[in-house]
Amino acid sequence: MVIDWLTLVIFFPLVGVVLMLFIPAKYQDTIKGVSLIIAFLTMLISFGIYYMFDTLGNGMQFEINEAWIVSLGINYHLGIDGISLLLIVLTTVLTVLCILSSWNAITVNVKGYYISMLFLSTGMIGVFCALDLFLFYVFWEVMLIPMYFIIGVWGGPRKIYAAIKFVLFTMFGSLLMLVALLYIYFEYARFSGEYSFDLFKIMDMPLAFRPQLWLFGAFALAFAIKVPLFPFHTWLPDAHVQAPTAGSVILAGVLLKMGTYGFVRICLPLFPQATLAYLPYICILAVIAIIYGALVSMVQKDVKSLVAFSSVSHMGFVMLGMFALNVEGLEGSVIQMINHGISTGALFLIVGMIYERRHTRLIDDFGGLAKVMPAFSTFFMIVVLSSIGLPFTNGFVGEFLILLGTFKENITLAVFATSGVVLAACYMLWMYQRVIFGKVTRPENENLPDLTAREKLILVPLVLLIFWIGIYPKPLFDRIEPAVKQILVRIDRIRLAANGDVTENNKMTFTDESSVKEVVFDERGSE
Amino acid sequence: MFDYIFLVPLIPLLGFIFNGLLIGRVPRPLISLVGCLTVGVSFILSVFLFFALKSLPAEARFIEQVLFSWIPAGSFQVDVAFLLDPLSAVMILVVSGVGFLIHVYSVGYMHSDPGYGRYFAFLNLFTFSMLTLVLANNFLLMFVGWEGVGLCSYLLIGFWFEKKSASDAGKKAFIVNRIGDFGFLLGMFLIFWQVGSLHFDTVMKTAPLVFTAGGGLITAACILLFVGAIGKSAQIPLYVWLPDAMEGPTPVSALIHAATMVTAGVYMIARTHDLYLMAPDALMVVAVIGAATAFFAATIGLAQNDIKRVLAYSTVSQLGYMFLACGVASFAAGIFHLMTHAFFKALLFLGAGSVIHAMSAEQNMRKMGGLKKYLPITYPTMLVATLAIAGIPGFSGFFSKDEILWKSFSSHYGHPFLWVIGFVTAGLTAFYMFRLIYLTFHGQERMDDKTRHHLHESPRTMTVPLVILAVLSVVGGWVGMPHLFGVTNYFEHWMEPVMTPGYNASEGPLLASGGSDTGMEILLMVLSVGLVLAAIYAARYYYQKNIQAATALREKLSGLNKLLVNKYYVDEIYGAVIVRPVVYGSIFLWKVVDVVLIDGLANGLATIARDMAEVLRHMQSGQVRRYATLFVTGVLLVIAYFVFG
Repeated sequence: MVIDWLTLVIFFPLVGVVLMLFIPAKYQDTIKGVSLIIAFLTMLISFGIYYMFDTLGNGMQFEINEAWIVSLGINYHLGIDGISLLLIVLTTVLTVLCILSSWNAITVNVKGYYISMLFLSTGMIGVFCALDLFLFYVFWEVMLIPMYFIIGVWGGPRKIYAAIKFVLFTMFGSLLMLVALLYIYFEYARFSGEYSFDLFKIMDMPLAFRPQLWLFGAFALAFAIKVPLFPFHTWLPDAHVQAPTAGSVILAGVLLKMGTYGFVRICLPLFPQATLAYLPYICILAVIAIIYGALVSMVQKDVKSLVAFSSVSHMGFVMLGMFALNVEGLEGSVIQMINHGISTGALFLIVGMIYERRHTRLIDDFGGLAKVMPAFSTFFMIVVLSSIGLPFTNGFVGEFLILLGTFKENITLAVFATSGVVLAACYMLWMYQRVIFGKVTRPENENLPDLTAREKLILVPLVLLIFWIGIYPKPLFDRIEPAVKQILVRIDRIRLAANGDVTENNKMTFTDESSVKEVVFDERGSE
Repeated sequence: MFDYIFLVPLIPLLGFIFNGLLIGRVPRPLISLVGCLTVGVSFILSVFLFFALKSLPAEARFIEQVLFSWIPAGSFQVDVAFLLDPLSAVMILVVSGVGFLIHVYSVGYMHSDPGYGRYFAFLNLFTFSMLTLVLANNFLLMFVGWEGVGLCSYLLIGFWFEKKSASDAGKKAFIVNRIGDFGFLLGMFLIFWQVGSLHFDTVMKTAPLVFTAGGGLITAACILLFVGAIGKSAQIPLYVWLPDAMEGPTPVSALIHAATMVTAGVYMIARTHDLYLMAPDALMVVAVIGAATAFFAATIGLAQNDIKRVLAYSTVSQLGYMFLACGVASFAAGIFHLMTHAFFKALLFLGAGSVIHAMSAEQNMRKMGGLKKYLPITYPTMLVATLAIAGIPGFSGFFSKDEILWKSFSSHYGHPFLWVIGFVTAGLTAFYMFRLIYLTFHGQERMDDKTRHHLHESPRTMTVPLVILAVLSVVGGWVGMPHLFGVTNYFEHWMEPVMTPGYNASEGPLLASGGSDTGMEILLMVLSVGLVLAAIYAARYYYQKNIQAATALREKLSGLNKLLVNKYYVDEIYGAVIVRPVVYGSIFLWKVVDVVLIDGLANGLATIARDMAEVLRHMQSGQVRRYATLFVTGVLLVIAYFVFG
């Protein structure tokens, strides 16, 4: 029997949900234990998929395509390439760490919380696997619900405001996406005579420029809100500050990636002409996000909102690299999605750890923690360095490639974006100095306990990932390179057709003629 | 032998990992042993590598060792790989050698510090970073070491983190360095964009094919790289972090100022000199900034009273000399001065550390004086270093500085004006350095009784490195005597395989030849030695014989003095022009743009939606009569439309 690995990894967390329905709410430790084990097993499954993934394979792997709602032509179509693969592994790893981090932090309605977490992970993994747009939309919306509860039930003082704001922003975008989706659906029916939401089938349909512009706009808005791209970011600081630690970690680590993933998976392949048309505007917004996020981050008083705004800046890098539309930029962008998940996830976990001790996150309430919490300070330092992109940490690899890719396309944008590297050092080190260095000025901070074994267990894997990706990222590149090239080939074909001549740029990505043919062949093969 | 190149940086890294992971769990002797021994082994290995390299024929002295592929992304391929050639061989000797002495010295200096393990871990990491920097065979791996030393300076300058001034200084060092790195990054992008590689050898060989000599692109690339060097090597306008770096423990200052970190910029330019030779305009920028910094920093050094601060400005000034050498395409001279400077500056800082140690942590020279008799080893060794930095014939600094002055005058890229600045600066250097010597070791004892009672020479671990460095400060220059003396310049000869220009423009040989006009060379040498002697005499007059004269002079020039004591107010100007506007601008962005404008708009839309719902809600009142009224109104309107419309 052939095991359908993707279905397994998507729905395995739901096994935990079902199990928990039979455990009375008062057995809190059992509930925590079950959810941890389930999340851990899900992670192992994803590791298995990572291990089995063929680095030489072009196109989608582990593909499965079954009829689901036959009358509407909706299929249960799953498949992953290197980009989805890494995001899935990131999701399962962060979910385990989040469950560990919630151990003592969540005290009310424990059962509901862990059910939400597992449910959420199903939705997230589903989004990264779905190749049928309807299925994609379903997973996209499904994960909104548990996230809403996580912020709204277990959040901070203004949790209701933040939760509703989060949902309204996201819903606003996803409604537009739904409209665009339906348009494509009917357009495809007119083109081919059959109804389908299948991503690859739709990719083969030629779309006129004008509809492309509208459709790209609708999808892009939905995704840009999620990323969040300046100026659609204002829900993020509220959501982060109010969400419980694990909520913030998942939000920053995975949910934001859905936006950028959406761009890569849907906008670039389906609307290549519109992509080129929107490109300058998106790049400018991305650069604004980098600088704006960094500057605003610098003057935050709450560590958590500082990290939230730094996310705006970092995600600006991801968007910029993606829309450089060359191999370096796009690969850097994908790596940076993973890096941001690790580094910012770790930052939120760290902020959560001092919050649990002091019940405040204001920078001014700290100072001198290096003396009382040396282990904590060391972990914090490493994560800060990774966040500001020090070489041999993960952040550098992504940022460098993004800036390099951008430089090849537009020097001005690259110069402005590179200034973000300086600003990142400013806001992070300034914050670190005020929290960690100096003398202990407040008596409450004098006897803070250092990290517990559980907390170290949470941070150690992240630190290992930081150095692994920083020093030996080759395995990741081996996995994403075919996927990235496949996406760029489509764009380059359009560029070629539009320009008529081979510019410097096209030469770069068209070096390997045979791989292009292979890709074309593969696209047909997947029909 | 060459299979072990990677061990040179790796062993100190292992020391870092050992001491870093086991902080607080190992006894001090083991910490010191691991800390010093790793760097010592690295040094011994470097010596073996040096001789192995020497045994090869000159043109074969180019060994690359590829460890693994680091970042492979499309056409962008960068390896973790090392390059051993005459240039990097000299650098690893200096870095690990001087570094080792500083480690040993630290055992004595830091013996009672509670952060002993952390200190040695960082020191090892520092050495690792610097060795990586000089051994890298590509720009990107060099950048790893480049940022690595920046990080270590951050950690070590801010080592006593409870002191706000220390953590401020550490942060300042990192951020100012990052501003330089901004240029370095852009330079790398530009080079990769044009050349398609970041591998040194490939870039140097391909550059003449893709760049037009003297063109805008190559000039831009060189200037961008130089911005990185300005940050790392503390040149105008980014030198501001270095004087503040005094906040760290004194051996750290020695490490930063002498063996590692600040010399990185000079090394980088020497490493990429093939590019600079193609961009004469960039060379001119390097020379001018170098000369200007040399002079500017020396003037500040005249008026400082903190012993370490004087030395800090002298470092900035001496680095200026090195850039001046590079700027006149005399790269070997720049590296030569880098080496001799590493010896005497490390000695000066460690000597100052010994003084501070003896003075119960007092750093103000006005409260010292007459220490000569209390510090029988520190005094003569520091005096040797001072004679070296002042450029007294026979001492190492004389040979290297003289070479730079001569090249700045005679080189194809030189200019008499550059020489004049270098010449005047040499006089200033001799003056402020001997001012330091006289204020510290001679004259009246100005310390209080308690401190005087405590005065003592430092322990053996501290004085032995001083003696070794003193010997090096003398003989270190003998390998590079001018041709004038009728001997071979071994140093220049050794560097030849690297420094032979890989590129020949139609203008003929671009590398400075020098040595053609012997009479002129002798004249200039005599002039500068004369000036130096005069300056020493002046310092002796003002600071030993006739202190009142110095006071009188200070009062006469009180405006200038105030300007110098306050370091031309550069920090204040940066604060007012850059830092504060950025902070307030950011607050504006947050409070007004983000909260009021963008979020206000979003929330405003939400409010409008709610208010509209509030109005429309009344239509759904459940009252049949109201429904009927609306219905009839609607029907009437429709009829009206058909009748009149």
